[in-house]
Amino acid sequence: MAVVITQIFNGISLGSILLLIALGLAITFGLMNVINMAHGEFIMAGAYTTYVVQQAFSQYVPESFFNYYYVAAIPLSFLIGALLGFVLEKTLIRFLYHRPLDSLLATWGVSLILQQVARSIFGAPNVAVTSPAWLDGGIAIAGAVLPYKRLFIIALVTICMISLYLYLDKTAAGRKMRAVTMNRSMASSLGVSTKKVDAAAFAIGSGLAGVAGCALTVLGPIGSTIGTYYIVDAFMIVILGGIGSLIGTVFGALSVGMLGTIAEFWTGASMAKVIVFVAIIAFLQYKPAGLFSARTRSLE
Amino acid sequence: MIAAISAAALTLSGCAASNALNEEEETTAADTSDTVSVGVLHSLSGTMAISEVSLRDAELMAIEEINADGGVLGKQIEPIVEDGASDWPTFAEKAKKLLQKDEVATVFGGWTSASRKAMLPVFEQNNGLLWYPVQYEGMESSPNIFYTGATTNQQIVPSVTWLLENKGKSFFLIGSDYVFPRTANKEIKAQLEAEGGTLVGEEYTPLGHTDYSTLISKIKEEKPEVIYNTLNGDSNVAFFKQLKDAGITADDMTVLSVSIAEEEIRGIGTDVLTGHYAAWNYFQTTDTPENEKFVAAYKEAYGDDRVTGDPIEAAYNAVYLWAAAVEKAESFDVDAVKEAAGGIEFKAPGGTVTIDGDNQHTYKTVRVGEIQADGQFKEVWNSGEPVKPDPYLETYPWAEELN
Repeated sequence: MAVVITQIFNGISLGSILLLIALGLAITFGLMNVINMAHGEFIMAGAYTTYVVQQAFSQYVPESFFNYYYVAAIPLSFLIGALLGFVLEKTLIRFLYHRPLDSLLATWGVSLILQQVARSIFGAPNVAVTSPAWLDGGIAIAGAVLPYKRLFIIALVTICMISLYLYLDKTAAGRKMRAVTMNRSMASSLGVSTKKVDAAAFAIGSGLAGVAGCALTVLGPIGSTIGTYYIVDAFMIVILGGIGSLIGTVFGALSVGMLGTIAEFWTGASMAKVIVFVAIIAFLQYKPAGLFSARTRSLE
Repeated sequence: MIAAISAAALTLSGCAASNALNEEEETTAADTSDTVSVGVLHSLSGTMAISEVSLRDAELMAIEEINADGGVLGKQIEPIVEDGASDWPTFAEKAKKLLQKDEVATVFGGWTSASRKAMLPVFEQNNGLLWYPVQYEGMESSPNIFYTGATTNQQIVPSVTWLLENKGKSFFLIGSDYVFPRTANKEIKAQLEAEGGTLVGEEYTPLGHTDYSTLISKIKEEKPEVIYNTLNGDSNVAFFKQLKDAGITADDMTVLSVSIAEEEIRGIGTDVLTGHYAAWNYFQTTDTPENEKFVAAYKEAYGDDRVTGDPIEAAYNAVYLWAAAVEKAESFDVDAVKEAAGGIEFKAPGGTVTIDGDNQHTYKTVRVGEIQADGQFKEVWNSGEPVKPDPYLETYPWAEELN
């Protein structure tokens, strides 16, 4: 019984991690159709921001407050990610909006540059982030231990998801963003500044990558290459979910997480990766537009 | 001696015969110069950079020390550094470049067995010389490679015996999915069977894997007393962090790792590692006068916050062993150096190491250490004397079927 609970929880947890890394990409790739290979490096930037905040807290803040460094790190990671994204959009991406192959190559180059910058600043070896004490341990349910860190990530991704939904659906800025992605020229002719909207959307997507990086520090390594571990999964999930559909990304992440953990439990980690890839490819053969197709009737 | 080197150059340029004359002239010209070039080939980027950058640093430090001391055979050593980029074909390509284009006297390089296996044919075809400084899975003895890291019977075999005697009989084996863990685990399984241990699980994850929740729930199901860990690179960080989150501490299960040295501990965090074990031939805390000097020099060269470790020491030793072999051979010629290398001794930071002329490995002292809260090891056991390398485990009856 404990195993069943643990495995269901593991599936949801892996799904939530995948969702967190794919959420930013769901905007920049899903809504804006920009293939941003440097997305993983925004995750890395968030992780290093967390490390820097931790170092700063351990030096300048009384010890009793040290455990709250993480609370400060989350919004800061978002800001750093968003700032990097904003700069990248202004200096590079906006010239490449209708040239997907060029933007793929250019952003891949950017990702290599960012990795090398990180190595120059922080050194090639990994750095360690001590997770805050209030995230240590877990809840025991029927013999299964649900770690607080994983519960926290599930909560964090839920909050990000809800805020994103509210932003896109209930605010004027979010509605403009959707209008631009649905029909750029129509939105433009109605007075929406597409340049501003593009920059804002790209910054938000990149900021979410920063938050993902911050969250991942409690579970995994923090080094210059962490982005490369997650980037493929992130693209896979957005494509599986259906380009342009946020809800599709949610279901895509959860189904990959579930399938991945079940397959790993019955076979092994390497085999599970193969099974997940085969399943996704087979599914996309059957439904090329993904789980949720968000194609509108706009002329393309 | 000039003739010998020219002959080597001729062999090297065998595949480009039209250039042979040119290259011969160049080599003769180079021979009168007062430097000798050597290759340093490690991953300076990619997933293995975390470990390999320090090996480059150690090798460059040894080269500098030797140069300050007058060089080898009166020549200054000039390192040519190349990046293997954590990519095995790149290692082979760069090795070829170092041997054929730069015509280096020897190469120090590699970390993963996959990179060594990729370079091996290049060194054998070009009759080059590679010094490989990392512990590995054994079952290999190339005439063109010197192995200054431990082979299985100098690390894994004695540590399994130690675990069986001190920690428990039921083993769970986890490793990254490539040649070293798979071969090492084959050997461990044979040893467990022979020495009365039981195997309750064996799992592999791809290099760079970051989610260990499912593997850990399998471990919880099987309740082993010992987890034998041959994961490599960043995966260790994810594994240990998530193991602690799942409520498993060093008191519940002993984890013994063979790829975690002081450098890796810093990147994983001591909060999740304290109390677990690692098997090596050298720790930064190893108490010898040579080590005191070595640690001080390393910190002075690269910063107070840097730490040494087993592969770093083995890489440092490799340069000194090569230099000693060259001095003894009175030549940089590969065959002459190989001929002279047997029996060469070096007072290394981790205790005296000696080259075994038969298999080109080194005699090394085996140590098991417990990870402390300060990120250093406390040695809990050592073999007392340097252990003779036995890459094919020929002296162990249970290993007969493995060969």
